[in-house]
Amino acid sequence: MKKDLVIIGGGPAGLAAAIAAREAGVEDLVILERDARLGGILNQCIHNGFGLHTFKEELTGPEYADRFVRQVQALGISCKLHTMVVDLARQQADSAGSLLVTAMNQEDGIYTIEARAVILAMGCRERPRGALGIPGYRPAGIYSAGTAQRYVNMEGRMPGREVVILGSGDIGLIMARRMTLEGAKVKLVAELMPYSGGLKRNVIQCLDDFGIPLKLRTTVVDIKGKQRVEGVTVAQVDEKGKPVPGTEEQIPCDTLLLSCGLIPENELSVALGVGMNPATNGPFVNESLETDIEGVFACGNVLHVHDLVDYVSEEASWAGRRAAAYLQGSLEKGVGRVSIRAEGGVRYTVPSSVVPGRMEQEQVLRFRVGNVYRDACVEVSAGGRVLYSRRRRVLTPGEMEQVVLKRAWLEQIPEPEEITVSVREGSA
Amino acid sequence: MEVQEAAGTGQVTKAIQTREGFQAEDTARKAEMQENGLEQTREFVCIGCPLGCNVTARTRGEEIVDITGNTCPRGADYVTKELTDPRRIVTSLVRVRKGVLPVVSVKTTTDIPKGKIMDSIRVLKGIELQAPVHIGDVVVEDVCGTGVQVVATGNVETK
Repeated sequence: MKKDLVIIGGGPAGLAAAIAAREAGVEDLVILERDARLGGILNQCIHNGFGLHTFKEELTGPEYADRFVRQVQALGISCKLHTMVVDLARQQADSAGSLLVTAMNQEDGIYTIEARAVILAMGCRERPRGALGIPGYRPAGIYSAGTAQRYVNMEGRMPGREVVILGSGDIGLIMARRMTLEGAKVKLVAELMPYSGGLKRNVIQCLDDFGIPLKLRTTVVDIKGKQRVEGVTVAQVDEKGKPVPGTEEQIPCDTLLLSCGLIPENELSVALGVGMNPATNGPFVNESLETDIEGVFACGNVLHVHDLVDYVSEEASWAGRRAAAYLQGSLEKGVGRVSIRAEGGVRYTVPSSVVPGRMEQEQVLRFRVGNVYRDACVEVSAGGRVLYSRRRRVLTPGEMEQVVLKRAWLEQIPEPEEITVSVREGSA
Repeated sequence: MEVQEAAGTGQVTKAIQTREGFQAEDTARKAEMQENGLEQTREFVCIGCPLGCNVTARTRGEEIVDITGNTCPRGADYVTKELTDPRRIVTSLVRVRKGVLPVVSVKTTTDIPKGKIMDSIRVLKGIELQAPVHIGDVVVEDVCGTGVQVVATGNVETK
């Protein structure tokens, strides 16, 4: 089977990318989705707060997904559900030939699609217990927060009655409220860091509203129970994150939920040999969200973990338009590549390089900082010249930031080699 | 008081002060309030933006004596709302018979008083719908006398 464009993943990123590519003139494309329905993780996020930027209204996850699914259907974009992509490779290792997407499902068995371009939109997954190093047996009753969310919100089943949640990321906070509304007793949310990893709004509306305690600088040091969780031991941690002896506290419970971070799901990208950014666990991409392998684009949480789905849609739609341009031969070759360096508090930028000739007049540059900064200054410079400098009242690791890079700025510089994005504390 | 009025009318006269200005004024006002006694103090973290200001409200019975610690009018607005009429949009689930999924997600179309959240949840627990259910289908016409509808936010087709 041959296709111009294969989109791997039918979540918010894949949907928006597909719509944009079709609207830009790509006829021959397919979305491959492993779940039974389109929409990805949005389907289990039944809380409100989605789409404030995109639709100027506050939607729930399934409603937000539905807006995109309807567009995909109206445009007649073909979608393969229950279909898992198992391999991604180049037809000829050293050339810019077709990409081979190997997928499988119950109807077709294992089959290969020859694609001229691919958009990676596989999303991310949760950090599992095994990656956290919590001692104890492996009894039933330990779930990642997102798994519990799926059980409760889609399958109508309760994982337990007395719950402790480790990690105060947004999914953990949202699940504290969900479990409470469903009749469970959430005894504690424990957070290793001295601040919550989630949005303020969620701390207040999901914990404070229901009197659920949040303990900062606290972690789970032991899990009791052999067949089923019977309780956990929590302890305070010092500045280095090490448990402080003597601060242990036993909490009887039958369920432990883990909300300890998200990891982009890049097994396919790595198999293909895409260059990966250790700061994001996602691919390095240029201004067109193209990876270092020609014709392979990436967007959404597989590229870097987002806080807001609105930005995923925006980013994915750009990837879709650029993939279309690539297929139509209107994407110039990458000559005069300028790399973007994240410096002084900026952990990474997406994209991590630009080809000025391929940029639109304005290019969104997204980044995260590694610490909490107050009254700090975000600065973009190149060729010894400061291109942009603006004061921000607060920058936190939990909130993705952006600056708009103007093509005109780069045109002022004779031969730009590198753009630096940095955060400077104190002055404006 | 001035801060609160400024916020309430949407005017920003008082609010465009520097943070330092606010704090100096706060200190003076706190001293004054302590002389009067009787007030109650409640702490809030403003959710208006990532700054997350710690805002303190002093109340005497129903009356808001003052709101301090906020660095912009949204902080006073938020705390006033939380003190006088806290409201939330409620999202939850309702059982579905003969659907591809056993539950469908629902929401209140607008926010309802915070005190009615658990009552609303109890009402929703007692409801069972018949598939198919689609986004926007009305599940409850007026939940707990709030005058607010509960509608489906997901699609569940017939099995």
